Amino acid sequence: MTKPLLIADGLTKRYGAVTACDKVSFSLDEGEVLAIVGESGSGKSTLLNMLACRLAPDMGEVRYRMRDAETRNLAGLSEAERRLLMRTDWGFVHQDAAQGLRMNVSAGGNIGERLMAVGGRNYGGIRQAAADWLSRVEIDTARMDHKPTTYSGGMRQRLQIARNLVTSPRLVFMDEPTGGLDVSVQARLLDLIRGLVADMGLAVVLVTHDLAVARLLSHRILVMKNGHVIETGLTDRVLDDPQAPYTQLLVSSVLAA
Amino acid sequence: MIPPAGPILAVRGLAKSFTLHLHGGAQLPVVTGVSFELFPGECVVLGGPSGAGKSSILKMIYGNYLAGAGEILIRHEGAPVNIAAADPQTILAVRRRTMGYVSQFLRVIPRVPTLDLIAEPALAVGLSRAEAMARATALLTLVNLPERLWHLPPSTFSGGEQQRVNIARGFAGNHNFLILDEPTASLDAANRDAVISLINARKADGAAFLGIFHDQDVRDRLADRIIDVSTFAPAAKKAA
Amino acid sequence: MTTAYNFAYLDEQTKRMIRRAILKAIAIPGYQVPFASREMPMPYGWGTGGVQVTAAILGPNDVLKVIDQGADDTTNAVSIRAFFARTADIAVTTKTSEATIIQTRHRIPEEPLTANQVLVYQVPIPEPLRFLEPRETETRTMHALSEYGLMHVKLYEDIARHGHIATAYAYPVEVAGRYVMDPSPIPKFDNPKISGSAALQLFGAGREKRIYAVPPHTAVVSLDFEDHPFERNKFDHPCALCNATDSYLDEVVTDDRGGRMYVCSDTDYCEDRRAHGHRGAQLAEAPAGSALGQKPNIEAAE
Repeated sequence: MTKPLLIADGLTKRYGAVTACDKVSFSLDEGEVLAIVGESGSGKSTLLNMLACRLAPDMGEVRYRMRDAETRNLAGLSEAERRLLMRTDWGFVHQDAAQGLRMNVSAGGNIGERLMAVGGRNYGGIRQAAADWLSRVEIDTARMDHKPTTYSGGMRQRLQIARNLVTSPRLVFMDEPTGGLDVSVQARLLDLIRGLVADMGLAVVLVTHDLAVARLLSHRILVMKNGHVIETGLTDRVLDDPQAPYTQLLVSSVLAA
Repeated sequence: MIPPAGPILAVRGLAKSFTLHLHGGAQLPVVTGVSFELFPGECVVLGGPSGAGKSSILKMIYGNYLAGAGEILIRHEGAPVNIAAADPQTILAVRRRTMGYVSQFLRVIPRVPTLDLIAEPALAVGLSRAEAMARATALLTLVNLPERLWHLPPSTFSGGEQQRVNIARGFAGNHNFLILDEPTASLDAANRDAVISLINARKADGAAFLGIFHDQDVRDRLADRIIDVSTFAPAAKKAA
Repeated sequence: MTTAYNFAYLDEQTKRMIRRAILKAIAIPGYQVPFASREMPMPYGWGTGGVQVTAAILGPNDVLKVIDQGADDTTNAVSIRAFFARTADIAVTTKTSEATIIQTRHRIPEEPLTANQVLVYQVPIPEPLRFLEPRETETRTMHALSEYGLMHVKLYEDIARHGHIATAYAYPVEVAGRYVMDPSPIPKFDNPKISGSAALQLFGAGREKRIYAVPPHTAVVSLDFEDHPFERNKFDHPCALCNATDSYLDEVVTDDRGGRMYVCSDTDYCEDRRAHGHRGAQLAEAPAGSALGQKPNIEAAE
């Protein structure tokens, strides 16, 4: 059995007297989708940012199995190594696509940036890759030279995904990827993400407050409240037979709505 | 341990009780002391009145419900796995390769064409796209789904059509062990026959089935054994 | 020399500080060294960075040439030349070959520079990455880690929009295989002249408080794509005054009926060729302003 891709070990973050994240540990295998669910303020975004090296933990560490199969403590990477990891082997999909895109650069340039960052110097090749990815995320290639400012919310989100996946990462962090979108647009995006995750064998850490999104996309679920992991397990097990009082409340609240 | 020639499923002392935290922590006992075995090539049907816990037992075996006590040993790739204690990754691996589930209702992603839905479990066990599509086509033919529907998403299909899509999807993974939760409930006689012959053909290949069938006729034609779930009722145990 | 001023206007401590920055810049070719830019008696945008660099390296025996868009006789060039003639009492010239220090805005002289010369560039915006990444903290990290993909995104956008790399001036270069540098707003025609030059090249940005350098004989490569290689500007005409085919030409409007001529932007080069008997097609009909071989002041047309 292969070793885990990502290991969180006792991750803790405090803001003054408030513990945003308290000794959170778990491991993630290659190709596995983990949903972190909870209400706002539960610490799920703090956890995500610590995992993705966007926030330093007060205690605990994150270990990652690099492409050379060596598992390393991410805090021990040089900044150059960490940034290279982030733009090749990782992706980060923001809820607000404007945060994850260069809004004044064309869609093609947005997708091509990672390729150019790792030394892509053939314009035709970069353009072909951009066109391929636009089709994969169901954007008309005729829109390739348009800036994302002219795109709808759903299109921006799909462009953001394409921009992240062009280097074939193994791990993608997603922060409420369907948040703020119309329901019909959400469904289409979820189908797309599900398909890409399966085709590419992506591991995903998905933060969402939407249990339906978690059910559709994730294999496993981590329920958080006040910085603590309340319950964890197989997604359908946690949602269909929740054990913790808080999880029962969360699940029943959704069904009642 | 399950010996190589032994059962594919061995349930021992399985119990389930729901704790309703939102209702003052009330206890809702469902079953207790569930023990039985299922052998390759066999179809075992759970019987008993509605509310006896038949569905809960199936869901615990599938890992969908947490087992309160006991063991659920499934022979997975030559070795036993205790679903009641296995980690999620292991349960997912067992579901991918060994254990399938056909429910009464089709719950799938909207917008995806029927053929792709059927091919998905086959792709998950490593078949090529062409092989998976061939298997999907064969299964849809076996369950008599009209060919004009194959490239459409099933959301607009009739109840019977959806159920046949569901069955085809359940069989596409070629699992050695399939759980059937009322899969023939809304089928007409002809289609029921088609499904029964599909199950019997897989049985002949050595696959094992554990199911719930309310239809007496279907039950008679499929069941090698019937287990009366009411004997596992917590009250019955207490009385005994 | 007016004794009220220290030699070359700046005080000695300031000049030392600037020289230290220059030495560091030479040691790390293409790296932008911060320096404590002083207020100069001229507005930002008039070459305060270049003037401070020149003041710091100027000696009493130096011969200074100042050009603006290739011309020695534009307001900016004349003022700076006068500034140093007055504050340092040094010799000035318009002849490229006679100068030991050439301060320039927007051009590199056509005549190859020698090991005895220093070229000082006036730089408005030293950061080549700023176009796409406005955060200084981020661009510094990008330089530190050689993360220059963004530079190619800019060129990609050019090709996607115009069919070719439309960046015609301030065309980004990679210096000695390491730092990406903005060569100041010189036309890309001049980029090849930066590479391997025998002269020391210093860049000063007054408002942005940065100094950077290309030491002599340093390889400088203009960024491009394999299938869209860097190309120099090409001209359809020879110079109308000196018939040169190897120089950078300015378009000069000669009347209000659409008349125009193309002449060398490097006035000294053009003059020198004519002195050696080269004659362009329109030399006879050149407007009065260029009777002495000077280019008309086109500053207003910029």
